[in-house]
Amino acid sequence: MESALLVEKTILVVAVFAITLVIAMYSTLVERKVAGFMQARFGPDRAGPFGILQPLCDGGKFFFKEEIIPAGAHKFLFIIGPAVAMFTACISSAVIPWGQELTIGDRVITLQVADINVGVLYIFGVVALGVYGIMIGGWASNNKYSLMGAVRAASQSISYEIGMGLSLIALLMVTGTLSLREIVAQQEGFVNWNIWVQPIGFLIFLVCAFAECNRVPFDLAECETELIGGYNVEYSSMKLAFYMFAEYINMFVSSSLMAALYFGGYNFPFMYDLGLSQNWITIIGVLVFFAKILAFIFFFMWIRWTIPRFRYDQLMRLGWKILIPLAVANIVLTGIITIVKDTYF
Amino acid sequence: MSVFYFVAFLSVFFALMTIFTKNPVHSVLYLVITFFTFTVHYILLNAQFLAVVNFIVYMGAIMVLFLFVLMLLNLNKDTEPLKSNLVKFMGVIAGMCLVVTLAGSFRALESSESIILKDPDIGLVGNLGRVLFSEFLLPFEISSILLLTAMVGAVLLAKNDPKKA
Amino acid sequence: MEGKEIMQSLSNRKKVLEQKPMNFWERMYLPAIARGLGITIRHFFKPKATYKYPEVQRPYSKNFRGQHSLKRDEEGRERCTACGLCALSCPAEAITMISAERKKGEEHLYREEKYAAVYEINMLRCIFCGLCEEACPKEAIFLDGSHVPPEQLRKDFIYGKDKLVEPRFEYKKEHETTA
Repeated sequence: MESALLVEKTILVVAVFAITLVIAMYSTLVERKVAGFMQARFGPDRAGPFGILQPLCDGGKFFFKEEIIPAGAHKFLFIIGPAVAMFTACISSAVIPWGQELTIGDRVITLQVADINVGVLYIFGVVALGVYGIMIGGWASNNKYSLMGAVRAASQSISYEIGMGLSLIALLMVTGTLSLREIVAQQEGFVNWNIWVQPIGFLIFLVCAFAECNRVPFDLAECETELIGGYNVEYSSMKLAFYMFAEYINMFVSSSLMAALYFGGYNFPFMYDLGLSQNWITIIGVLVFFAKILAFIFFFMWIRWTIPRFRYDQLMRLGWKILIPLAVANIVLTGIITIVKDTYF
Repeated sequence: MSVFYFVAFLSVFFALMTIFTKNPVHSVLYLVITFFTFTVHYILLNAQFLAVVNFIVYMGAIMVLFLFVLMLLNLNKDTEPLKSNLVKFMGVIAGMCLVVTLAGSFRALESSESIILKDPDIGLVGNLGRVLFSEFLLPFEISSILLLTAMVGAVLLAKNDPKKA
Repeated sequence: MEGKEIMQSLSNRKKVLEQKPMNFWERMYLPAIARGLGITIRHFFKPKATYKYPEVQRPYSKNFRGQHSLKRDEEGRERCTACGLCALSCPAEAITMISAERKKGEEHLYREEKYAAVYEINMLRCIFCGLCEEACPKEAIFLDGSHVPPEQLRKDFIYGKDKLVEPRFEYKKEHETTA
């Protein structure tokens, strides 16, 4: 029984990893495609039909690029930096519930790697850790631009973590649990999605997610015009690819987190009214979940090609003076509504 | 149990590395690893909430700020001021005092039997919250007020004096 | 101090822009973002301006000036007489030539008594202005080709007569068959 569980979890972990990496890989292509389509051009379409082999070409190219470690760099930390970034990006998907139970024979398989009862906080912690990759890499490069990028990334990430945490607290007050599995299970159907009870919280979370992923309009850490590329100036070859990959994986994870926390995860309308068996509901649920995630990824890209970058003081003002007070007000409001609802209805 | 000893060894090892490395940034990074081993300890004790909070607050926030400041200051061996022998002497005395105190307290303690938790789920977030908001409500609120005062103090320190500016 | 005076508007088209402080709705920034997103998504579905080049070729405009060609007359003889006016008129100094005298028995090859034994255009120097075309008294050079294709080496951009002279055109035969 134990070994069966081990095998099951191993398969699940490998599958989640593979899916994460493939989605991150193809995000690079989709990003360029979206950019092209929004700028009246096609984007890459030479490698294979519609350019679907482009990520493979890019990957191959990255492998064969010359690996440069600057003379003044701290070699060990220089190598560890991208590894940390990639590692933290990958492990955060462990607690996301991808679907309900799948019954094969007489075994019930839960489509989640680990259901720990502090799941939300776990993701939060791992995301907080993600900044070490950038900081270590930026510092070890021994380049003032890298350092500036790293410092910017760190202060931005810390500032927006607060807003993100406060917006999550309001959500947790509604759900009453920290386990992602239970949060998703509560949002059965369509009217129970948390977005309907926490619209402000979702908005704050969304903005903070953009900032945590270092995406436009908050990509101050790698701003070309000021920092010629930010923390990854000195990086080349696969190490640079790791940083870029980590960014896309982070985007995927935060998309799945938003879909799970606010948009019902694998739940879809009328899921129990169609008379389907549990296995089919699970499979459709997983597909629906991925559709939601991809929609969010598209939204990330859509925003990127719409909004210009913020100035650094604007970024800090938005984080500290607008989002955090708004999040606190949201918590108070949620508390009042909960009490009123409990006492009068 | 062997897991505990392994992690405990790592904790002590990286704590010592924190002290003995010359480069302040390395020192902070070792401290980060030390905190990570603490997180592992908490998980071994089945205190998930404490583990994650230690993870978020110490590793995710405080150490990042430490690193932040150290990177900006660009400290290294050359800029470190030489300490006079008097300071070193004082340091040795203070360290000895600490050792004596610790040794004394260890002597005063009776060797307890290996602890068996009455309720292994005490560290889970639900139970912890219930205890905090019933039995330990007063200390909890007082500590939150303490944090608030610290925060107000920090803001006050960071703010420019309006008369001067 | 004079600069600070209100300048006389000569064209009377000067507009004074009034910058009002933003109201709450504008300061929220979200409506503006929504509008921006609307614009980009509209562009997403618009037809694309790109021509997928090797498969779809964009038609040249009527007055497009491309690669030069040295013309032949109706009997298939080279028109160029190596007068050098094209080289003289060339602002980029792209054209060089060596002239030679027509020998007996070469009348079917060259129309004039003097012809260009070597005629070279450096396509990297050429700016495709068309002045050589205008200068030519014999109507021997025209910039009527397509654009110059890329090459790996610089020397390959120096086009000699092998690339410039238009292929022999059997005018008479063509004329007879069509007639």
